[in-house]
Amino acid sequence: MDLERYLLLSAVLFVIGMYGALSRRNIITVLMSIEIMFNAVILTLVAMSRFITPAAARLPGADPADVAHWLLTGQTLAVFIVVVAAAEVALGLALVISLFRHKDTVDVTEVNLLRH
Amino acid sequence: MDNLFGEIVFWALAVVTVGSALLVVIIRDVFRAALLLATTFMGIAGLFVMLNAEFLAVVQILIYVGAISVLLVFAVMLTRGVSEGNRGTPVQPVALTVAALLLGVLAWSIVQAEWNLLPTDLPAPFEEVFITTPQVLGRLLISEFVLPFEIAGVLLLAAVVGALALVRESGEE
Repeated sequence: MDLERYLLLSAVLFVIGMYGALSRRNIITVLMSIEIMFNAVILTLVAMSRFITPAAARLPGADPADVAHWLLTGQTLAVFIVVVAAAEVALGLALVISLFRHKDTVDVTEVNLLRH
Repeated sequence: MDNLFGEIVFWALAVVTVGSALLVVIIRDVFRAALLLATTFMGIAGLFVMLNAEFLAVVQILIYVGAISVLLVFAVMLTRGVSEGNRGTPVQPVALTVAALLLGVLAWSIVQAEWNLLPTDLPAPFEEVFITTPQVLGRLLISEFVLPFEIAGVLLLAAVVGALALVRESGEE
């Protein structure tokens, strides 16, 4: 039950983020919702890393001392997600600023340059 | 006693995280939403500590609470004056339905799945990994994961250059 409750918590967070990303007009709120989704995924990875036996340790005759570092694969992936999220937010906000300069709005429903 | 304490901390952090995340997507004032988002990030950092990921908890506070929240607040400030509330899009009911369905599917599959759990009393080498997380993480980053590590560096450089190019005032070239 230890793993499941963390996974359920991060599923709830992910769904909240998805609802926010789909239903809000202000593009900054959309970016915030995407950050919540990123955090839910990171939480999943860290929980997996803590509670799941790594595949290398499941092989017959695996020595725990040799495969122990694979326990942290999830945390390593989480570090990469943090890097990508930081890059995404920097670029996303730059886009928001330049959108605001050109169209004087941050409403996603008013930005439809590519329609038709 | 220790177990009970852990339970209380987990549920407190869960309530804080989910509650503030819900408020972020519901609240009208974008500035308050940015502050609540920082609360969500703090809650998740606390959960990382409970999961033996102290290094990631520190990274979470430094990058998410320290950098990303501040960037978001800056963006809110720079685009102020147009934020006539934060109304919903026309697809709001659809979004709610899709979100509820996805939550159902996720919860069902999480409960159904048979996980290859670690044994409750960890072997000694495993236990040591969770005590010396930063060392093991650092070694993984420069051995098995060195290629993604380098690519992440290039990605960050590209993001910095791209962000600068996007926000530069036009007519300066």
